Formats: sequence, C-alpha cells, structure tokens
Amino acid sequence: MSVNRESAALEVSGLSFDFGANPALVDVGFSVDAGRFKVLLGPNGAGKTTLFSLITRLFDSSAGCIKVNGADLRKDSLKALARMGVVFQAPTLDLDLSVRQNLMYHAALHGMDKVDALDQMEEELARLEMAERSDEKIRQLNGGHRRRVEIARALMHRPRLLLLDEPTVGLDVPTRFDIVEHVHRLVRDDGIAVLWATHLIDEIYDDDEVIILHQGRVRADGTRSEVVATTGMDSISGAFDVLTRGSAE
Amino acid sequence: MIVNHAWRCLRGVLMREALRFVHQRERFAAALVRPLIWLLVFAAGFRAALGVSIIPPYETYIPYEVYIAPGLVAMIQLFNGMQSSLSMVYDREMGSMRTLLVSPLPRWYLLVCKLLAGTFVSILQVYAFLLIAALFGITMPTIGYAWVLPALIVCGLMLGSIAMLLSSVIKQLENFAGIMNFVIFPMFFLSSALYPLWKMRESSNLLYQICVLNPFTHATELVRFALYGQFNTAAAVVVAVVLIVFMSLAVYAYNPARGMVSRKGAPTN
Repeated sequence: MSVNRESAALEVSGLSFDFGANPALVDVGFSVDAGRFKVLLGPNGAGKTTLFSLITRLFDSSAGCIKVNGADLRKDSLKALARMGVVFQAPTLDLDLSVRQNLMYHAALHGMDKVDALDQMEEELARLEMAERSDEKIRQLNGGHRRRVEIARALMHRPRLLLLDEPTVGLDVPTRFDIVEHVHRLVRDDGIAVLWATHLIDEIYDDDEVIILHQGRVRADGTRSEVVATTGMDSISGAFDVLTRGSAE
Repeated sequence: MIVNHAWRCLRGVLMREALRFVHQRERFAAALVRPLIWLLVFAAGFRAALGVSIIPPYETYIPYEVYIAPGLVAMIQLFNGMQSSLSMVYDREMGSMRTLLVSPLPRWYLLVCKLLAGTFVSILQVYAFLLIAALFGITMPTIGYAWVLPALIVCGLMLGSIAMLLSSVIKQLENFAGIMNFVIFPMFFLSSALYPLWKMRESSNLLYQICVLNPFTHATELVRFALYGQFNTAAAVVVAVVLIVFMSLAVYAYNPARGMVSRKGAPTN
C-alpha cells in the first residue's frame, strides 16, 4: 500500500519492519493531512508502537519511506524531526524537575532561545490550565496533569505534526476525555495534523479519520464512516471487530 | 543557526544533568562515601602493611593513602560513568532517552552532549572528594588541582563512552548487577589504582599484563601524573584511542539504521 501526497503533514509508504524472523509491519502506507485528526486503531501487539518508533526515527527501516511535511525522514532527518512533536506511551518527564525545567529542557533540545521558549511555555500551559503549576515538580502532579505537561512539551517548538502513542492509558475517564478534546481543539484551532494511536474506540470523533492496524498490516484507512461502510457493520466498534478478527494475511 | 542550536542543546543537557545532580543528594553522598571509605579506612589499615617505593611521578616516599588518592579519583569517574550507563538503560526503559534521541540534531552530537554532561557531574564529585581529602591532610601540589581538569575530562569521556556502549547492549535494567561484577570490579582491581604495577608483577606476571591492557590503569595514571603537574604521554595516548574507539562504537550502536538498539527489545505493542 502506498500514497504519494505532497500536501501531507505525514506520509508513510511501503513501510515494513521486522524483529528478526517476526514481521512487525508489512507494507504500511497512509498519510495525515494538515488539520486532520487521524486515529491509529489497533489491538495490543498490532504494531502501533513500532510504527511510532519508526516515524520518530528511534528505529529505522530500509523498506519504505516516511516524509514529514515533505522532508524525508532518512535523507533529511533533522528537518523532519524538527517538524514533529511526540508524546510517547511511556512517561518521559524528569520526575524531580519542575514543569518549567522539563519544558525548558525540551526547548533547548530544539534550539529555541530563552525568551521565545518562555513565551511559548506560558501559552501552552495556559491552554491546558496548568500555568500556575509551572514551578511544581512533576512528582507532585497526578497522571492526568503529567500527560498535559507532555502535550504542552510536545507543542513547545510549534510542530506541524503531533504524534501521540496511547496518551490516555491509565487515566480516569473524565481526564481521558479532557485530553482527547484538547487535542481535537488543537487540530481545529491551529490546523496541526495529529496521529493518535489507541485501542480505545470511544476516543474517536465522527469526523476523525481512522486507520485500523492489525498484525502489522493496514486493514482499513478512511473517515470513520468509510471504514464502517467497508465492513457492512453499523458502528466503528463492529468494524474494528471484523477487521481485527483472525489473521491479517 | 546550527551552531546556536547545538550550543543551546549542550547547555540544556548540562543544565538538566546539574539539576538532577542537585536533586539527587543521596547519589552525591554515595559517590563520595565510597572513595572516602577506601581512603580513610582501607588505606589507613594498609599503610602499615604496604610500602610504596619511589616511582614517578612521586619524588619521595609517600604514604599509601597518597598513592591511592588518584586511583580513587578515577574510581569516582568509573562509578559515575557506569551510573550514567545505568541511567541510560533506565531512561531507555522509562522513555526519557527518547526525548533526547528524537531531537533534531545529529545523533552522535546528542550522545556526545550526554557524555559531556555525565563527565561534568563526575568532575564535581572529584573536586568535592579532593577537598575532603585535603581536609584530612592528603594534598597534592596546588598546580595539580588545575592540571588534573583536562585529564578528568578525557578520562570521564572515555569511561562514559565505555559505559554508553554497555548501555546499548544491556537489554534490561536488572542486568546492571552483572556490570558491577564483570566490569566495574575487575576494571578497578586489575589496575594501578590500589597498587603500583611493579608490585602486581612480583606476584603474577599474567595479572600484571592484564593490568597493563586495562584502559582504567591508563586513566588512573593520567590522573595521577596530572595531579602532580606532569603529563603521562603513554597514558594520554591510550586514553584518547580508547575514547575514540568506544565513542565510535557507541554512536554506531545508537544509530537507528545500523545499530544494535533497533533490533533489540521489541516494543510491547
């Protein structure tokens, strides 16, 4: 499966990856346009985190191509990485440092100057109603607030593509929906592109796009209604069940 | 532009390491207690048993605690390097290493920043140790405290790069206990840190040869000579070569396209 779109914030084509004899991804292709929220849906073990590791260049595969805002991740990796913000599944904040120190560290890694970084930090924390907590240590924050800080951090360098790998795992339901809504608002208000990996169907909005990944292969890719229609089911949950049943071969 | 970015990144990584260091007072205390016990307890006990004759860079007979002080300085850097290795395995498991590695700078540069940050912390520990040693009357020539700084930088980077390579091949955090047993202790005991090599040769030529091959011996000697305002060329060459080789291997190991890290430890989903 391959795509070729110049306007895509993220473009993945023909991507394959294996762990020795075990194929983790097979000929994966899809794109995410600016201003779109794309949900990467798949059961545990589908290959979502492997795909994220490849898009963030923690892993590399010689098979296939990944472009971020037109920049080829392999040939022009620094430009591609500069345009993406990432929230990993595992928490990546320094627990003993304050919210401000964590965000300023990220800003330094992205080469931001101090004044710009402080302005951006204030803006992002204010949007998440976290501004007054900037001097608190991460250790003092609950899981939901930590996730918010990670989202603020991922947006510090104003990326055009935001990747989130199961960002709501382990959070209570109201916090989960707050975070889902906040990221949808970012897409609506700022026009950024989002790739949101999850296995939780209730995080998908009606106008979201959905990719269903199963056993390393893309089983469906389209708007929520298109994906439902291809299976003849009446809900995304039914479509997910049909598409992730049995072998993906 | 890239120079500015690179400088801000280095400053950010150093600042993070310094802040973590300030917050982890227990780690600082542990880093100091270990060599101080060697210096004030072990050396006191052994000074009567062991005589150290005049060998360069010393110009007179020296008490045993004066002899082992440079070795203990190197030991601080060895432990610190291995602890950064531990923290990199931890960071990789916990995720914060990913934050560094997805930054838009060449990966080799990010790893060098990480090594410099670890070395910076080890130097703070070394000077704190030398200060306490001085309070107990174990002093070096004044110029030695300045001369030792460049030696500490290259030795810290060398030990850090060995540790970084190890961190890329350790699959899980639990394996670090093995590193203690199979890397730190042999490197420390099979070196010139605790006894001059000619003493070792008297008891076993094989052990002596192993000591000579051990890069930690050369780090210890580089530090020892520098503390007395002298430059040990042979030790400096060995340390520089080992630094270049291990840093290259570590950069290779962390390269997503070719390295070992990418194929190990499939993600959980």
